[in-house]
Amino acid sequence: MKASTLSLPFRARRRVLPGFGLSLGISLTFVSLVLLLPLTGLVGQLKGLSALEYWHIISEPRLVASYVTTLGAAAVAAVVNAVFGLLLAWVLVRYEFPGKRLLDALMDLPFALPTAVAGITLATLYSSNGWMGKLLEPLGLDVAYTWVGIALAMAFTSIPFVVRTVQPVLEDLPSEIDEAAMTLGANDGVAFRRVILPHLWPALVTGTGLAFVRSLGEFGAVIFIAGNMPYETEITSLMIFVKLQEYDYVGASAIASVVLATSLALLLAINLWQGRFIRRLHGGQG
Amino acid sequence: MQRIGDAPALRRLLIGAAVVLSALFLLLPLVAIFAQAFAEGFATFVTNISDSYTLAAIGLTLFITVLTIPINLVFGVMLAWLVTRFAFPGRRLLQTLIDIPFAISPVVAGLVYLLLYGRNGWVGGWLDGHDVQLMFAWPGILMVTIFVTCPFVARELIPLMQAQGSREEEAAVTLGARGFTLFRRITLPNIRWALLYGVILTNARAVGEFGAVSVVSGAIRGQTNTLPLHVEQLYQDYNTVGAFASAALLALIALFTLAAKALLEWRATRLESSS
Repeated sequence: MKASTLSLPFRARRRVLPGFGLSLGISLTFVSLVLLLPLTGLVGQLKGLSALEYWHIISEPRLVASYVTTLGAAAVAAVVNAVFGLLLAWVLVRYEFPGKRLLDALMDLPFALPTAVAGITLATLYSSNGWMGKLLEPLGLDVAYTWVGIALAMAFTSIPFVVRTVQPVLEDLPSEIDEAAMTLGANDGVAFRRVILPHLWPALVTGTGLAFVRSLGEFGAVIFIAGNMPYETEITSLMIFVKLQEYDYVGASAIASVVLATSLALLLAINLWQGRFIRRLHGGQG
Repeated sequence: MQRIGDAPALRRLLIGAAVVLSALFLLLPLVAIFAQAFAEGFATFVTNISDSYTLAAIGLTLFITVLTIPINLVFGVMLAWLVTRFAFPGRRLLQTLIDIPFAISPVVAGLVYLLLYGRNGWVGGWLDGHDVQLMFAWPGILMVTIFVTCPFVARELIPLMQAQGSREEEAAVTLGARGFTLFRRITLPNIRWALLYGVILTNARAVGEFGAVSVVSGAIRGQTNTLPLHVEQLYQDYNTVGAFASAALLALIALFTLAAKALLEWRATRLESSS
């Protein structure tokens, strides 16, 4: 579909509409100065490092512990969000009930609320004398200052990714699909798994993947509830900060390059995976 | 017609679960912010808000936001115009590059700016020789804020302008419309709501950015402390009520953002059903 609208008609427009030179000039200047030039700073810092020194920095035990904490908590948050996000998208698309608009608006709260505000609020709520902490502590569940708290904060900031990716796909699903499944006599659970889920799968994986990437880089929401105990509840973003406070710019850059490479590789994988699905769904036209 | 999940019991169960979980997970934190801010009464809240450091932080945050919005507005409109109205090699690449800020962790974003424009970086070192300091001062905060918020306007405009096509604009050009008149009279009325929403998102993020700003700010009280950094400092000082008073101001901006989105969406569906 895209290829057909791109090639010829656009060429023709180029002659008609004004502003090509101006918009190209401003866009390229902005992209080069704001987005690309700063990345050279990272390269400049890492240039002087030998491969062995680089490996030495990024495999330091305290740092490796932070990788495990960050990846583990982000994975738990992503799985929880996949289930919770699917439930929310389903309820918001399929059912009518009082307060639905309010619930829908509430889904964007984590994107709109500054991360530091989310961070201190969750830390206060789940600390031992907070509203939730008071309820959970007698049950033996410590959330604040443990990895559970880190996962909770990550899940909070990334839930909209899943809901907002699945919701439009579910909305566009024609009702004949349900009808066919129901007339064949399948019960709700089987019909959902066999008929609906295959259509939602690409969106659900994309949304969950985006939520996971966001969780890996999250800082403001996590550091207040994390407790930041070395080897236990330190996240990798915080390690960059720790290095900076020690004026170890090379160390900070090395860690940042690991974080950057991981998130770029994941986003690329999500894009490729999504592209493959879209081509398959749209047959030859995609 | 019977659809999947329409059985009354299942329906009630799913709605109930969604509402209860959302209330606990999303609504409760929002309520807690205001409960904490007013925990010692309204008078204390006012005292906390009118504290001179808080006022300085509010002032700096407003200053940064007011400068960020027009810069990103011009860039967003230019980029959207470029990629939706012209074909040229590298068009797709440009659209991918604009998403860089979403892919980069805010701390890493702050760090790369610090490395380049800080005293040890090649640009920062040269500037330092000329007595210009960007990092640990407001220009640094402005630069990283522009970085983290620059995709919002373009992201809102591109799909809309792509869907609308350029027929009206071409007709206007044939009738003799030129340059800025064309944009103001033809394009702007079509995109103004998306533009407004892009600005609202830019505003929300610019006001609330924490990770990137905390790397480059230096957090000097009364000088380079933005409101989110001020919240952090008060919280670390065990002044919880004070921290939540400032946090409540930020939460109000978030609520305004959500309301604006709901309103613009409601308007769009009403227009769709009336036409």
